[in-house]
Amino acid sequence: MLLELSGLTSHYGRIQALKGIDIDIAEGELVALVGANGAGKTTLLRCLSGVQPVSGGTIRFDGQDITRAQPEIRVGLGISQSPEGRQVFGPMSVEDNLRLGAYRRHGPDVAADLERMYDLFPILRRKRREAAGTLSGGQQQMLAIARALMSAPRLLLLDEPSMGLAPLLVAEIFDIIQSLKAAGTTIFLVEQNAQAALKVADRGYVLETGTVVLADRGERLLADERVREAYLGL
Amino acid sequence: MFAEFLQYLFSGLTSGAIYALAGLGFAIIYNASNVINFAQGEFIMIGGMTAASLVAAGTPLWLAVALALVVAMLVGIALERLAIEPARDSDVVTIVIITIGASIFLRGAAQVIWDKEFHSLPAFSGETPIALSGATLMPQSLWVIGSSALAIAALWWFFNRTLFGKAMLATSHNRLAAQLVGIGVKRVLLASFALSALLGAVAGVVVTPITFTSYESGIMLGLKGFSAAVLGGLGSGLGAIVGGLIVGLVEALASGYLSSAYKDAIAFIIILFVLFFMPSGLFGRRGTDRV
Repeated sequence: MLLELSGLTSHYGRIQALKGIDIDIAEGELVALVGANGAGKTTLLRCLSGVQPVSGGTIRFDGQDITRAQPEIRVGLGISQSPEGRQVFGPMSVEDNLRLGAYRRHGPDVAADLERMYDLFPILRRKRREAAGTLSGGQQQMLAIARALMSAPRLLLLDEPSMGLAPLLVAEIFDIIQSLKAAGTTIFLVEQNAQAALKVADRGYVLETGTVVLADRGERLLADERVREAYLGL
Repeated sequence: MFAEFLQYLFSGLTSGAIYALAGLGFAIIYNASNVINFAQGEFIMIGGMTAASLVAAGTPLWLAVALALVVAMLVGIALERLAIEPARDSDVVTIVIITIGASIFLRGAAQVIWDKEFHSLPAFSGETPIALSGATLMPQSLWVIGSSALAIAALWWFFNRTLFGKAMLATSHNRLAAQLVGIGVKRVLLASFALSALLGAVAGVVVTPITFTSYESGIMLGLKGFSAAVLGGLGSGLGAIVGGLIVGLVEALASGYLSSAYKDAIAFIIILFVLFFMPSGLFGRRGTDRV
């Protein structure tokens, strides 16, 4: 297993946001985590990146215990996140955002990867000198994903990549996610858009108030009555 | 009439350059941590006092200056490591109070290590005034203005052309995203103190031949640098520079045309004016985007 979570808990003050999460992700898998607002999805991803304290349980990455590792160590090991709300460095240029994505890397590969990102997201090449904050929501989302990819991650964490985007753009973002998976990237996708996420995912987990309530193959979850009622509005 | 004005202008630009450097020190640390470092003035004092005592002990001027910069940087690093880092998870207000404590400690330490006397440095290129359309300019003023300009240019290069500089900027724009791309925010905080201390020491060294220095000369310089940073908009580099020059010029003109008794009051009147009428300063970001 590339990523193994066992009994992971996290608190905000006295409020428990995660109540013992067990999740496994194998190399090359696309795993979706769906659930309502406030279920703890973003908290879980922040724990994985080391920017939210873990109060119990363990995180193992590639067999190594990283539960207490600093965020920058995790990026170095190959965990990269495109956070909720894009969080681009607004006043800085698109190109600077991408170069900072490769902050932990050195050497000629970085320049080659920059070109690769521009090929993957041509709009970013056209806007490379512009301030990231002036981009549209969809463009900022692409920038956030590209910035996360610039660290050459072994595990890509995507937090709500479709949030606030027009339907056409949502489809485009999910096309990109599928092509990243086809290229062999391991992806952990957190989405409120359960329909779209489960459609592209190998496996899925359903999170409710800090607990995993269902875990199955993506298409089986899509067909599950409880999921259909609660998250797909069917 | 014009000669008089020109004279005030020279004096205002000279002190303005010093306030700009002090203001930049505030801005750099504020950007890295949202903390206002009230020990900023002490970095200026340490730079001046170290250089002055080394020269008095027979060290060549250039070496004394270089050592003073190094000493101040080490003090900045030690301050961050020993006083700020252990409290990193505390409230911003708590950390600000720690910096006030640190400034009192550093003043006390300076009294013990040196003394309570005023010290001076020889002017870097002599004391022969340069006559300019009726006004006179001391060569040391050119050193002050030139060193400040050079320091500002070097800072610009650092923040815009080096990856680590950009990482420091990125941390100020979005701390969470900075952590997520693998920027070690602890190192950024440490570097911000080292850099601010270095800037302070540059100011302290070049201004000492003009104003002299003593264990408590950092208080006033620090507060004026703070008003420069507030006037320009906390966290804005350009703002600190413009703010510093404005504070320096207004101060020089007011003490020339009104009365020199008001010289030190000017900076505080400016702080009050800014807080009442434009809390985010000339180039500041609105407080709301820092949530």
